[in-house]
This record gives sequence, C-alpha cells and structure tokens, in this order.
Amino acid sequence: MRVTHHPILGEQSPARTVEITVDGRKVTAREGETIAAALLAAGIRVNRITRKQGTPRGLFCAIGQCTDCVMVVNGVPNVRTCVTPVADGMTVETQKGGGPAPLKSGGSR
Amino acid sequence: MPAGAGVATSGYPSLDEVRGSPGYPSRERMAKGAVAVIECVQEIPCNPCEAACPRGAVKVGQPITNLPALDGEKCIGCGLCLARCPGLAIFLLDMTYSDTEAALSFPHEYLPLPEPGATVTAVDRAGQPVCRAKVLKVANPARNDRTPVITIAIPKEFAESVRGIARKSGGGDVGR
Amino acid sequence: MKTYDVVVIGAGPAGLAASIEAARRGCGVLLVDSNLKPGGQLIKQIHKFFGSREHRAGTRGIDIARDLYREALDAGVTVWLDTSVYGIFAGNVLAYARGLLEMKPSGGAVKADRVVLATGASENAVNFPGWTLPGVMGAGAAQTMINVERVLPGKRVLMIGSGNVGLIVSYQLMQAGADVVALVEGLPRVGGYGVHSAKISRAGVPILTAHTVSRAFGDTAVEGAEIVRVDPSWKPVAGTEQRLDIDTICIATGLRPYAKLAMLAGCRMVHSPILGGWVPFHDRSLQTSVPGIFVAGDAGGVEEASTAMEEGRLAGVSAAASLGKVSAAEARAQREEVEARLASLRMGPFGKPRHDAKEALHKAGECA
Repeated sequence: MRVTHHPILGEQSPARTVEITVDGRKVTAREGETIAAALLAAGIRVNRITRKQGTPRGLFCAIGQCTDCVMVVNGVPNVRTCVTPVADGMTVETQKGGGPAPLKSGGSR
Repeated sequence: MPAGAGVATSGYPSLDEVRGSPGYPSRERMAKGAVAVIECVQEIPCNPCEAACPRGAVKVGQPITNLPALDGEKCIGCGLCLARCPGLAIFLLDMTYSDTEAALSFPHEYLPLPEPGATVTAVDRAGQPVCRAKVLKVANPARNDRTPVITIAIPKEFAESVRGIARKSGGGDVGR
Repeated sequence: MKTYDVVVIGAGPAGLAASIEAARRGCGVLLVDSNLKPGGQLIKQIHKFFGSREHRAGTRGIDIARDLYREALDAGVTVWLDTSVYGIFAGNVLAYARGLLEMKPSGGAVKADRVVLATGASENAVNFPGWTLPGVMGAGAAQTMINVERVLPGKRVLMIGSGNVGLIVSYQLMQAGADVVALVEGLPRVGGYGVHSAKISRAGVPILTAHTVSRAFGDTAVEGAEIVRVDPSWKPVAGTEQRLDIDTICIATGLRPYAKLAMLAGCRMVHSPILGGWVPFHDRSLQTSVPGIFVAGDAGGVEEASTAMEEGRLAGVSAAASLGKVSAAEARAQREEVEARLASLRMGPFGKPRHDAKEALHKAGECA
C-alpha cells in the first residue's frame, strides 16, 4: 500500500512509472523507488528462500546492511533490493539459496 | 497500567505530574481565560517553547534541561507555542469559552483532519474516549510548519482530562 | 591517486557537518556515501528536533538534511554518492566501489590526509520464534519505507522497544496510516522521552512495560504475534500470554555503532554499553588511536542526530586544525563553542549517562 496522503510529507508527487517483472508477473513501480518498496507496494513480502531450511525472508533493515532482502535482478543474484532502484524492464526473481551462479559478464556481485 | 502511574511507566503523564510541573497554569489563571498548558515533565535538552513566546511567558533558561516554567500573568493565550513544541506537549485551554464549555487546542499531525463544526470523540492522555466534542477550528498556517492545531469545545468538567481527539483508524489516508 | 585534505565517509548529519566545517576552513573535502540520497537517516526523520536554536530545534530532520547538503555543496565539498569505501590502508588510502546501486560498478582508490568516519549505526535485532518471517523488521526499516519510499510495510503493527526510535516510529507509522496495536517494553520503564510516549498514548497505543514478544505466527509472512508479561529477570510469566492480530513487527531495541572501517584501520576499540557497544576510542578532538583518522556521530557512540551534527562540526574543525588550516588558538575557541553545545545535549536524566560514557571513553585513552 502506498502512502499517497500524509500530514507532513503532503500529497505524493506524481512520478513516471516503470514496469518490472517479478517472478513472471508485471509490476508497475514508481521511477526512483527501490525494488523492495515496489514489491511491498504490490503486496509482495517474500524476497528470498533460505538455502538450508527453505524459509522465507523479507525486508529487514532497509538500508543495505543486512542482506536479508536480496533477490536475483536481471539474472544477477544477491542484489540488495532495499537500496537498488527499479529500472524499466528489470526482471526480479525470488532468490532461492545463493541463486544462480554469477554470470561471467555482469557478475560483479 | 493504573491511571496516574506516571509517564515513565504508563507512557503518559499523570494529572499529579503535570500539575506539579512549572509549565502547568494555576486554577486561578485558568479561570481567567485562554492560557498555555505545558505538559513537559522530564528534563530533556529542549527550549523552542521559550523562543516561541512573544511575551516572554515561557522560561527554560540555563541549563537547557530545565523544565519550562509558565508565567501565567504574562501568557496571553495566543497559542503560538503549540506548534513549536517538538514534543507536542503544549495545549491551550480557555475555561471562559462558554458557561458550560471549555475550548481546548492541541496539535494533531494526523489525517484526515476534522471539519470545523464536526462532532468528534475527545480522548484523554491515555487515548481513552472521554466525551463528545465540537470542532471549533482547524489551523495550519505556514508558521506551524505542517503541525495542524485543532480547537474543540468540551464540557468544562473534562478540561483537565481531555488532551486530543480520537485518531481515525487507518487514517483514511492510505491509498492504493 | 588523487589526494584530498579530508575524506569524510558517510553523508548523514555527522558527515555533512564535518564536511561543511572542514571545507569552510579551506580544506579540499571529499564526502562519500554508499546511498543514492545524501542525509543518512535524516531523510526519514519527519519530526521536529529537540535542542536549542543552535541545534536546529523545532526543525524537521528532513529539512535539516536538505539544508546541510546545500551548505556542503556551497562550501565546495565534492560529493560522491553510491560510493562504498570498503578498504582502508596504510597512509589513509581508501579503496572504494562506485555505482553498485545503479548496477554500473567501478572502483578505485583515493588518498586522504585526514579521514572522518561518520558511518552511523545499525539496528540491533532481537530473536524470538518467528523473528525471521517477512514482516518482522527493524523500526528504522519501517521508517524508511513509510517516510522515504512512502509504502506501508503493513497495516497493524506491534512495536518492540520503548526508546525514542520505537516511540517516534510508532507515531510516524500512524501518521502514514497504519495502526500500532501495541508497544511492548521488557523493562518496567519507558526508555525514551515522555513527550514521545505521551503522543502515542494519546493516540490510543497501549505501552506495555514489562512485556515482550514471545513468538510471531505465520507461514510466509507475519500473521500474528504473542506477547507475554516478564518478571524483573525477563522470565515470561505463565498465563499472561496474549495473542495480537498484527501483520508487522517492528524491532526498536537499540542501535550499535557501525564502525567496521575503524576496525579495518586498526583503531583501538573500546566497549561502552551506554554508547551501543564497541566504539573506536577517540580523544576530545574526536581523533581515534590512528593519527589522522577521526570519528563523529553514531559511529563513535550512539546518541542522537543533534549530537551527531555537533560532533561532525567538532571533527571538521579538528581535522582542519590538524592540517594547519586554522591556528591552534582559533581551533581551541571554535572547539570550545561546539563542546558547550554538545554538553547541553548531554545533560539531564537522558543525556547524563552518555556524557559520563564519553568521559570514560576519553579517560580510557589517557590510560592507554
């Protein structure tokens, strides 16, 4: 749910929207917001599934420190979705364990 | 938690605590008309109330952790200090509003704001409903820096217990 | 390798203030921050600050962040956002990665004559069955979502912890339109300012002291919680369990200094429970045990944003003075001014313990 009205912050200003694909589902996001915010706004709370016990994890620190919210973004695993902004056409997948092996190119994460 | 347990255990100050603090006006002063009611009972480093008062009626002084003291003779009940207190701990009480009612002003930083003339539920320091109240005024001038101040009319008997109005659950401010 | 007079790491209240003061004294300053937006945690502080006029009291944190950033740019500070310093080597060589968040990574190193570590703090967690479920998060995380991203993490929230963070975030969750079902505090007393707890009390939030959360329910996300009364030794009191219908649990059980770079640099660390745990030792000029490395704000001991700004100013003055940009006498006078303002923030029942802890910290260095 988005906070469109706010007593201090005022009305939320209009923003350009971008479309991202989350586990195959199209999600509309506001340009400039983080992936985690876009997902929460769309009601998606699970970002990854742990490697050993297979339990869900979601947003925890929201400032890029804890890495609980990491997902596979454009094929790259371990992307901290709470600090990474959305981009049009981005693909986001629930990360299972360590995610796919890093790609040879763009595998800098 | 029993009423009157005190701010450090219940979360809100008891009537004894606020009456015992130097920012709380005397009964006599209240009877004379609008006056600031400062419910600041802990020594925290803060003094915007002092600078807010054009009449010098609020004194913190040095050290800055002093409790704000109200000079009831100097206070003209202008209410300028209400929105300036970062703790939202100052109220304006006018016991002379009518024969049976008092007017109470308080900061209210929630949406939706009530409409003047509306009937609302007045609550006490613990957020418990006390009585119905009529909204007299909703003010949010630029100098308040986005802290709206609401004035309500309440039966005089509740003047020292009512400190706000019920926040609407969910606020009605959540959009899709 | 490019050399700067001063490199400040962290563009929160401490880092911005340090950058401004150093730049205004003629230092070439580089300010780096790993985030895309400057301001650190100020960018989610929508409430009016305490303190005096000099501390920007009565001004909302978000507005202070904007003003400080403008001041830093006006003072000629070079700002690199989306830049993480991950290594600190002999001679104050700083290794950094840029563009991680924009997913266009690059890297390099700069050399700093003086370093100011202003890396802030991280939230403490608390463990209970179900605490890893999505929907359990730091109070600061919820605050970021509602005030920066403007997205509600949930509709019905249980807050754990009655320090100022727990109280303020409870208030702000309601301002954003959520309901705070209860706030639990394990201690028998409210930890934060009474004016903050009074605000949420007036809004009807029950503040349950001597209570804790015993478990969270839910399969893929939080669907409820159980709270329980605790005795003075934090043991749950059987028969006092209550189940709450909530969808979010926020944890506000304190902060700890985020000072990994200080450890990497070999700064001597001192343990101070009042200041949040392990902190880099620093003297009154805020210099650590490694010459040329200063620390300011929560990284040097968790306090508040107002204190962080003052410490930042102190570190900026000290760094400039140590480079000879101001005379020793001027530096002393300027430091005393800031120290007086710092002292005023460290008074009273809430501030005095932090004052004493800082004093003990300085003493610990004198003995070493």
